[in-house]
Parts: sequence; C-alpha cells; structure tokens
Amino acid sequence: MSNPIVTIKNLSVTYPNGHHALEDVSVNLKSGSICGLVGVNGAGKSTLFKAMMGFVKPTAGNVSIDGMSVRNALKKNLVSYVPQTEEVDWDFPVLVEDVVMMGRYGHMGFLRRPSKTDHDAVAQALERVNMSEYKKRQIGELSGGQRKRIFVARALAQGGNIILLDEPFTGVDIKTEDSLIDLFQSLVAEGRLILVATHNLGSVPSFCDEVILINKTLLAYGSVETTFTQDNLSKAFGGMLRHHQLIGADLHDDEDARGVTVLTDDERPLVLYGEEGGKKIVRTPKRKKADKT
Amino acid sequence: MIDTLLALITEPLAHEFMQRALLVSILIGTVCSIFSCFLVLKGWSLMGDAVSHAVLPGLALAFVIGIPLSIGAFIAGLFCALATGYIKDNSRVKEDAVMGIVFSGLFALGLVMLTKIETDVHLLHVLFGNILGISSQDVIEAGTIAILCSLIMLIKRRDFMLYCFDPAHASVIGLRVRFLHFGLLILLALTIVSSLKAAGIILVISMLIAPGATGFMLTKSFDRMLIIAMSVSIFSCITGTLMSFHLDVATAPLIVVIQAALFIMAVFVGRQTQGMKEVSYGT
Repeated sequence: MSNPIVTIKNLSVTYPNGHHALEDVSVNLKSGSICGLVGVNGAGKSTLFKAMMGFVKPTAGNVSIDGMSVRNALKKNLVSYVPQTEEVDWDFPVLVEDVVMMGRYGHMGFLRRPSKTDHDAVAQALERVNMSEYKKRQIGELSGGQRKRIFVARALAQGGNIILLDEPFTGVDIKTEDSLIDLFQSLVAEGRLILVATHNLGSVPSFCDEVILINKTLLAYGSVETTFTQDNLSKAFGGMLRHHQLIGADLHDDEDARGVTVLTDDERPLVLYGEEGGKKIVRTPKRKKADKT
Repeated sequence: MIDTLLALITEPLAHEFMQRALLVSILIGTVCSIFSCFLVLKGWSLMGDAVSHAVLPGLALAFVIGIPLSIGAFIAGLFCALATGYIKDNSRVKEDAVMGIVFSGLFALGLVMLTKIETDVHLLHVLFGNILGISSQDVIEAGTIAILCSLIMLIKRRDFMLYCFDPAHASVIGLRVRFLHFGLLILLALTIVSSLKAAGIILVISMLIAPGATGFMLTKSFDRMLIIAMSVSIFSCITGTLMSFHLDVATAPLIVVIQAALFIMAVFVGRQTQGMKEVSYGT
C-alpha cells in the first residue's frame, strides 16, 4: 500500500466575497493515523477540507497529496469524503446500495455502468460496516448511525487512502459512536489517513493520534499528548467553552494540590486531572476494547 | 364503441396542424420531463422560472439583429443563469434574491423592448405558446434541440444525479463539477428554447417541474422517478393535445392542467404509500 502524505504549505484561502477563511496554514499529515481537526464554527475547518477536495482554490500556498496536485490525486481516487449528516438530502430517491455505488463512479467508464468488480467492492464495503441487509432501503429510512455508516461504506468502496470525515458524531448515540471509532481505528490500522473535523472535544483524545487546532491560522499541530492541552484549547476556543475547575482544597481534604478541569461545549466534556487544575495531565486514557463490557 | 374511441384520436389527426402539434408536444414533453427530475432534486425550480422569463429580451434583440430567435433566447437565458451565479459569488446577497432581481429585470427589459420595437413577435404567443400555429420548420428546430438534450441527459444521468445529490463527492472522485454545473444550466436554457414556440415561457415552467415532482412523490429510486416523470409528461401531452381539439380549448394550458392534476393525485397516493411504509417500518 502506498504511503499517502498530505502536505499543506502556507495555505491561505480568501473567498471572492472577501471573507478570509484561512491564513498561512502549514501541516504534514502521515498515513496510518487519525488526525483531529478542531476549532470553533467558522474557524476554517471546512475550508481546509474544501482545499483538499479541490473545491476552493488557494489564494496562496498549496496542498499536495502523495506528491501530486489535488486535482491529480482526486483523479486517482485517493481522497474520500464523508459529509455531515445535515448536508445530505435524505429524501433523495436513492437506495443504500446506490449511494455506495457512487464511490465507484470514478473507476467506471463514460456511461458509469458498474462492472462485476464494482458490484463486489460495494458488497464488501457494505459487509464491512454491517449494512448489507439494508442495501435496498431508501437512505431516509435509516437511523443516525446507519446513515453515517453508508457514507463510510461509500468511502471504502471508492478505495481511497485518505478519508475526510466532517463531524462524524453529531446525531449518533454513544454506543454508535464507539462502534464508529472501532471502525475508524481498523481502517487506520490498514495504513489509511483519517482526518476528522469536529468540535466535539471530549472524543478527540479517545480516538485521535494527532490533532490540528485552527482558528483561521494554525494554532497548534502535533500528537494529542503534547498538543491537546488546556492552554492550546483556550487559544482555539477562547471564551466559547464552559469551563469548570475544582482545585486542591475544593476537591480534597488533604494537602494534595491536584485538581480537575472540565471543558465542554455542548457535547462530551473533556476532563483534565492533575496539578494546576490538570494543566500537566492532558490525556484521558485511550479507550480499549477491554474497557467496554 | 371502439370506433368512437378511435375516432377521438383519428379525427384530430386528420388535420396536419394537429399532427405537428402532437409531435412537438411529445418531443418537448420528453425533454422537459427528463430535466424536471434534476430540477426538482437540485432545488432549482426558481432557476427554471428565472431562465425562462429572461429569454424575452433575447427574442427582441435577435429580431432587431436579424438572427434566429432561438439563438437570442438561448443567450439571454444563459446570461441570466450566469449573471445570477456571478453576483451571488461576489456579493453578500443570497441567491434567491439575486435571481429575483436579475430575471424580473431582464423580463421587464424584454417588455420595454417589445413595446418600442415593431416585431412580428406576439407577446401572447411568447408567454403562452402557439402550439397549433407551429410550422414544420419550428417542429424540426424544436425537435432537434429536444432530442439532443434528452439524449445527453439520459446518457450522463448518473453524473448529473450525483452532482445534484452530493457535489462534494462528485468533486472528490475527480468529476468536473463546474462542467456539470454549467452543463445543466446550458441544458436548461436549451430545453426552454425548444419549448418556447409550443408552450411559451410561462407554461414551460410547469412542464419543467410537475413531472419530476410527480415522480419524486411516487418512488424511491432515481431511474424509476425518471421513467414515471417521462410517462406522466408524455401521457399529459398526448391527452392534452387531443382533448383540446374536441373541447375547443387552448392546448398548452390544457396539458399543464393535466400535469398539475396528476401531480395532485400523486401527492395523495404518495401520502398513502408513505403511511403504509411507516406502519411496516414500525413492526
């Protein structure tokens, strides 16, 4: 399997209506990892995605994927995109298998007539996300988690090594979230790169290896252990988060100076524990299979 | 009994103008119904409205310059669509507002021009069509455009469908999204131009929406929606044309009335089947 590396160099995007969406963002993404893209609404998460999807042209800088221009990488079907649930028209007259088959269009000829390879790829992808029995359903007849799964299946059928996920956990329950995370981790174990745009802070340490914090410019980028800190998060979110801190005497009857910090917007809270209100311990333990009974 | 039924069909077709009317109505009924599926799914109903109104100044200008009216109409219609997109991208005004200004502005300009210029363009014919007065030349011109557009849309229907459903994915798998976008706009303008003489710029809007909306109510798969839309449209065109002869009423409006009636019926049928689906889904 090739080793796709996304190189974003000094990327700036200004929309024709004058809105500066991104300024001077540079990151290098390695394959075989899940990278969280974290920032407030309007911080430029979706613009960064759009730049990687060839939807917006950089005003300065560039994006290269596996050493190629975005356009060439897209032609080779290297990049897959899983849209936000709200962006999809669920009344659209397509069946589950039709949607997954759309992942194969880039491999088909002029008339988009599916071959046996295409049908096999669709069947395998549906199998992988446990959705085979729903293939004849219209997409609006699915539950929240199932809706996510079919678009992940479409990405799998496409066969790209880079998967862009936009807010994958909105509207799904915790159990579904866990099973999606398991699925993502198994995909990454096969050498893919998954980039997840989210403002759901609590889930980031439990499944991401790396994290990008942005707010128009790049605020921090690195492994979750070193980058997902209270200081960096304050920079990224400013006053946008609910912030609860229980330090030393509030929490203990003894001399222990450690404290608890809870950061939350509206989703799963991020809990930090340690000295100085948890500034030094930044990682909640990565969930293991054994933890879930 | 059968003879009387047969006479209902053969009697009108004894006249050459009725033969032409039936042929052209089937041709434009087909192209409009295919496009209506994309229009309904893309949420472009207002775009259809806009482009058809905007052809008016193109007709007037084409008459002044002395080029075929269809070319003027096509250019004006496309100009409206492109101008709308350009203004939307480069300002903070929302698309529906921009469209409202651009198309009513162009339509008004067309009216002003027609009151000032002496033309053989009859405003009523432009607005509501003149299907019974259509010439063989018109049939050939409209038919060529209609058949060409129908073929393109049927052959590339999967690409256009994907573009309507999920343009981001279309872009990601390497399809040229701008090409598909402008392709659809050009096809829309051509479809309207082909229907101009027969249906007129007001009635074509209904022909561009009703069949697709009817298909949408009745099925969950795109190909079936396309088949239903085409069947409904062609059925309406045939019955509308023949009935208008017997009832001695205007042809194109009657076709549109039938299409609208079929849509209303589909709404009720669709609601019933949806209710049944919910019951079976719950158990």
